[in-house]
Amino acid sequence: MSAATGAAEAAIAVTGVRVAFGPTVVLRGVDLVIPWGERLALLGPNGAGKSTLLRALATLSRPTGGSVQIAGRDAFADPAAVRRLIGVVAHQTYLYDELSAFENLRFYAELYDLPDPSTAATAGLELVGLILRRNVRVGSLSRGQQQRLTLARALLHDPPILLLDEPDTGLDLAAFGLLTTLLLETQRTVVLTTHNLPQAARLCGRYAILSGGRLVRDAPLAISAGELEATYRRETGVAPARQTEVGGSA
Amino acid sequence: MRSYWRKVWAVVRKDLLIELRSRELLSSAVVFALLVLLIFNFALDLTGEIVRAVASGILWITLLFAGMLTLSRGFAREQERGALQGLLLAPLDRGGLFLAKLLVNLLLMGVVELFALPIFVALYNLNMRPLPLLAIVGLGTVGFAAVGTLFGAIAANTRAREALLPLLLFPVLVPVIIGAVQATNETVPGVVPAGPPWIGLLIAFDLLFLGLGYLLFEYVIEE
Repeated sequence: MSAATGAAEAAIAVTGVRVAFGPTVVLRGVDLVIPWGERLALLGPNGAGKSTLLRALATLSRPTGGSVQIAGRDAFADPAAVRRLIGVVAHQTYLYDELSAFENLRFYAELYDLPDPSTAATAGLELVGLILRRNVRVGSLSRGQQQRLTLARALLHDPPILLLDEPDTGLDLAAFGLLTTLLLETQRTVVLTTHNLPQAARLCGRYAILSGGRLVRDAPLAISAGELEATYRRETGVAPARQTEVGGSA
Repeated sequence: MRSYWRKVWAVVRKDLLIELRSRELLSSAVVFALLVLLIFNFALDLTGEIVRAVASGILWITLLFAGMLTLSRGFAREQERGALQGLLLAPLDRGGLFLAKLLVNLLLMGVVELFALPIFVALYNLNMRPLPLLAIVGLGTVGFAAVGTLFGAIAANTRAREALLPLLLFPVLVPVIIGAVQATNETVPGVVPAGPPWIGLLIAFDLLFLGLGYLLFEYVIEE
């Protein structure tokens, strides 16, 4: 199979992506092809460009150069169609404090034009174990419950591609276990940015390391967490950031 | 097309529900509008011909300043917990998002006007022709909300958004302010219309900024 054919059939194909904010260049020509069903750990020190790349994949930030294809479609030529295919979990929850858990999910179900938004919202609450808290306003939920609701929001429209930007930040044990289960059971294509290398080694089948806006390593993740950490140090010149959150491991 | 408007309505309903629960924007804007009308009335001790000359200006200053309160918080609310990113990730085009936010601003301004207009008419004792007055207030409000929604999105991405928004907005709004004040003056019985066709100017401005807002929103809302 040629590289071009592979890219066309891939879930995600990133070609020569460059992102600059004024004089600051964040990504310097990144190439990455992710087949359907693969779970990729996107690693790198702070400021390496991981979140910027994820934002470009999510159609939130238009690259200065290069192309992003999602399911064979140019992400910025047909963004609405691409957005139906992706679910995003980031540092922030994207939820509204004044609305209940159910109302938040129903609102997003309506935005994604799901046939029965109320049923979809209820199913989302059941998935993350929050059905008994359905009428509680998000501002009154614990941080862990909010994170679980965030997962439900991202999965609401059943996207085949999940983009997770350090999703374990601030998770409690229950939410962390749920995230792990969802990732391991899923057939979805997943791009996971994390500083938690043991978690990456456990959950993902492939890893890529970004450093200084360049992709310096892209390989199958068939090594232990210790070997991954050594590779990380060698490629980036720095030690991986320590995880201090409940769900993370130091 | 129905699906498109369903999504626009979902955003409108969500914003109105949040406002209904927090009562953050409307209560302050309504109270502010009533206070400004009262303060002008007592401070200037207006009588006779002077009222006719300045009342329209007072009305529009009141409505625009009160509207500014609702505009500056509208997008700030979306920034909390990154909800704006959630909206941008949804398959609703940016023009649709502009329409939704415009409708919310129009509805909030409409409620402020519902309280402010009767108080204005009572305090300043002007027998303005009600239908033309309502039409002019409607046209002025659409222009204000269209520009405000567009510039509110620009200001929302900055730290000093509350201070920046009026600085961006008022220079652009000058034609609406002049047109609305002059057209409102002409609703006072006995005032003979003179000068340019102010209502035509308001309509042209509204159409221009509705179109610009719809087309440009994509560029102002994204990085």
